[in-house]
Amino acid sequence: MSESPDSPPVFRTEAVTRVYRTGAVDVWALRGVDLTLAEGELVVLLGASGSGKSTLVNILGGLDLATSGRVFFRGQDLSRASDRELTAYRRDHVGFVFQFYNLVPSLTARENVALVTEIARRPMPAEEALARVGLAHRMDHFPAELSGGEQQRVAIARAIAKQPDVLLCDEPTGALDSATGVQVLEALYEVNRDLGTATVLITHNAAIQRIAHRVIVLADGKVVRDERNAARVLPAEVSW
Amino acid sequence: MTALDRKMMRELGRLWPQVLAIALVMGCGIMVLVGAQATQATLEESRSAYYDRHRFADVFAGATRAPASIVEAAEQIDGVARAEGRIAFQAVLDIAGMAEPATARILSLSPEGPALNLPLVRRGRLPLPDRAAEVALNEPFAEAHGLVPGRTFRAVLNGQLRELEVTGWVLSPEFVYTIAPGSMMPDDRRFGLIWMTEPAAASAADMTGAVNDLSLRLARGADERAVIAALDRLLEPYGGTGAHGRDRQMSHAFLDGEMQQLGVMAAYMPPIFLIVAGFLVNMVLGRLIALERTQIGLLKAIGYSRAEIAAHYLKLALLIGVISVALGWGFGWWIADAMIGLYGDYFRFPFIIRDFGSGALAVSALLGLATVLVGAGRAVWASMRLPPAEAMLPPAPPRFAQSATDRVLSRLGLRQTTMMIFRSILRWPGRAAVTGLGVAASVAVLVMSYFMFDSVDRLADSVFAQANRQQVTLSLSQAKGEAALMDALALPGVHRAEGGFGMPVRLIHGHRSRLTALQAHFEGAELARLIDDEGRVVPLPDRGLVLPEMLARALDLRRGDLLRVEMLAPPREVLTLPVTAIIAQGMGQEAHIAAPALFRAMQVAPQVNMIHLAVDPQAMARLNATIKETPAVAGLADWSEVRRQFDATLSENLLTMVAIYTLIGVLIAIGVVYNAARIQLSERRHELATLRVLGFTRAEVAFVLVGEMMLLTLLAIPLGWIAGHGLARGLVGAMSTDLIQIPFLVTRRTYALAAMAVFLAALGSVMVVRRRLDQMEMTTALKARE
Repeated sequence: MSESPDSPPVFRTEAVTRVYRTGAVDVWALRGVDLTLAEGELVVLLGASGSGKSTLVNILGGLDLATSGRVFFRGQDLSRASDRELTAYRRDHVGFVFQFYNLVPSLTARENVALVTEIARRPMPAEEALARVGLAHRMDHFPAELSGGEQQRVAIARAIAKQPDVLLCDEPTGALDSATGVQVLEALYEVNRDLGTATVLITHNAAIQRIAHRVIVLADGKVVRDERNAARVLPAEVSW
Repeated sequence: MTALDRKMMRELGRLWPQVLAIALVMGCGIMVLVGAQATQATLEESRSAYYDRHRFADVFAGATRAPASIVEAAEQIDGVARAEGRIAFQAVLDIAGMAEPATARILSLSPEGPALNLPLVRRGRLPLPDRAAEVALNEPFAEAHGLVPGRTFRAVLNGQLRELEVTGWVLSPEFVYTIAPGSMMPDDRRFGLIWMTEPAAASAADMTGAVNDLSLRLARGADERAVIAALDRLLEPYGGTGAHGRDRQMSHAFLDGEMQQLGVMAAYMPPIFLIVAGFLVNMVLGRLIALERTQIGLLKAIGYSRAEIAAHYLKLALLIGVISVALGWGFGWWIADAMIGLYGDYFRFPFIIRDFGSGALAVSALLGLATVLVGAGRAVWASMRLPPAEAMLPPAPPRFAQSATDRVLSRLGLRQTTMMIFRSILRWPGRAAVTGLGVAASVAVLVMSYFMFDSVDRLADSVFAQANRQQVTLSLSQAKGEAALMDALALPGVHRAEGGFGMPVRLIHGHRSRLTALQAHFEGAELARLIDDEGRVVPLPDRGLVLPEMLARALDLRRGDLLRVEMLAPPREVLTLPVTAIIAQGMGQEAHIAAPALFRAMQVAPQVNMIHLAVDPQAMARLNATIKETPAVAGLADWSEVRRQFDATLSENLLTMVAIYTLIGVLIAIGVVYNAARIQLSERRHELATLRVLGFTRAEVAFVLVGEMMLLTLLAIPLGWIAGHGLARGLVGAMSTDLIQIPFLVTRRTYALAAMAVFLAALGSVMVVRRRLDQMEMTTALKARE
């Protein structure tokens, strides 16, 4: 599915800043970010370490609050939401994928996915989610029994099983070798293509940007580049 | 201070709530040890100094009437250093401002001044030899009535009403603990001791030139049993009621019993607390070392030796130990002070020699430090063994692999958060066991503490509601025919009168013998009845004796055995009677027999020397007034008053006692659950943060932590019940003396209260940790990889 410029935005941010106060020093993680993300878009967020990528994604995902400025999810103002509302927002709308998978070690692959399907509003069966990432045969394994790539794919299955409106991925291939990383990217690519889930993918690996509809580059807490890929490539064509 | 020491102090500062929780648990054990032993040592030293300075006798004997020359004869017995005779008898007193009569034991004072059991004058002076109306009173009794020197009161002495004048207040080593004969607890208002000049006592008791009470002090190394046997032989013709040593002297024996209980407390409770504290140190230090794994690797990499690193963590453990011991000592002294103060109400010492329990201090310090070192040992050993390169890597994630239990769990269709709880318990059974055992220990300590109230309740019910339903028991100065019951019925307000007959006896079986009393029970008795431990009325067989278990055991008797019964009061017969029943009666010390069987064996007409009365409560005042002037009555026990006092004493202390016991008991649960939850939180921070990220609410995430702790608590409670039951049974055995046998009974209420207290304490502790969980920042928790 390709993005359509006419569809209403999933996210809209207005002059978002985020300041961390550590002792006497103020650290500006974001210095006024204005963005609009459309439904169905696959966006790659590029930037050096400390450029504010993770902070932005945390704020979009309802894990953190902006210091100033406003964040809208389909018209809902997240910057004014209470903790309870943010929890409900994450529960119903957002799927997360992290660099270190964040699987619950005491639950099997299937159970890690079930963790989410049990509380989601309109989940797909855990088995279907796992099949989608190619792990139908490894469902009853514990994280410790899976490879890094497999663990990350479980994390993706867990993120998509609730049929989220947005998928937020923070360095999903950061801990993986190139071949395994490509498998993970393929899973994300297919989810975006087949389910139409708006996807934000953080990376500092520039090679990955070629699979996105759109590439946004952050530096020093500001958007310094925002452009569309004229020609996307398949994950299989990427390597690093 | 070295850099490592500085690190240790900061560690301690950071871990303070956990260290405090451990210190409270261990401190509690040490407090009980130091408190009980300091109290015991203080009582022991005070008593021994008191006995020494006031020449407390070693052997005591009573007789009906012996010539005064018997004292010299007693002094000739091999091993006797000093003998003293005196006149002792009971009297009823009429004290101004007190409606009911009081009773007193009157003791004569030798004109040359007493040689043994020297009374200590606390106020005024002793009576002068030529003043017949002068008396000295024991201080508590005089105090209770404001009978200051110069005041007078009336007494019925052997049937004559006399006016006596108080000259002074005294304390005596014979009466550190004063209890009226046949009474359950001290009552300083209703029972007193009166010291009177010898001529006055002799004339009042018609005992001129005679004595009926002997005290002996033994020479060093004397054989007490031989002296007792010789004294018994000497007194035999004069109605000797059986000589005995200090072990059967009422005041001494009560003190002994109390000290034995303190000793039991010091031996029973502290080990539980120390063991739990050891496990806690292990848990906390183990976690700390796991967290500091990379730091340990770094320290090794830059050249610190294994020994230096081990010493660093052992020092931290020792510091926890020192804090706990200091806390325990402080609270121990404080509680010893409080207990000695409390004992002051029951035990009258003229002075207290404070002993800080130096032995207990040393032992507790050693135990405390050993506990933390042993507790720390395994964790520290693990830190030493890590090679530096491996130590600097993050630890391998916990290994979970498929097992049969997993397949069973999967079939149960549990929610995944519930599954996480079960898996955590199954994967770390050792840790779950420590938590569970700690909680169980807590429940057990509470059951062991609370069951005392069940026992006392049972005792009170058995004594007051079942066995003694009379309001008043009169003891007669001489045995009378059954016609006396008709006279008693004529007393004001009396609507039922039942006779009783009791007599001091020596029971002999083979080479074993026991001094006790024999109680004869009349047919159809409804007021004073023989009740067993189950609260059942024991029917008395037509012939033979009924003995309580303890007495039968002491005499090595079985049903059907023949027992020699020597009466130690007129008519001083010796009977041989079969034992026809042995009953379970915890408090029972006396032998029982059906009245017809006794009098048939004695070949006399039935007699009574006690009369039990059911009285209209409104008429009590008139009855009291009449009894004060009835010469035939030597003493009176007002059971409703005894019950009232018993209840008052109990309820006065009950809340405080329950509060203290509960606090001590739940401390274990708090220490264990708090530490276990903190460690869980520290280890699973990442996992729990992930749940929050996935959209679980705070409550849903907390469920994983709180649920596991509370599930372990629930599982541990029945274990605690069983352990508590066992401990309580052991305690009953260890605390029982010849005089006091605590009935063993643990009610459902006790089990329920113990479980509830521990459950709430555990919930409270885990909720405190939950607050930390709630404050956890999701994003930082996700970043912080261990």
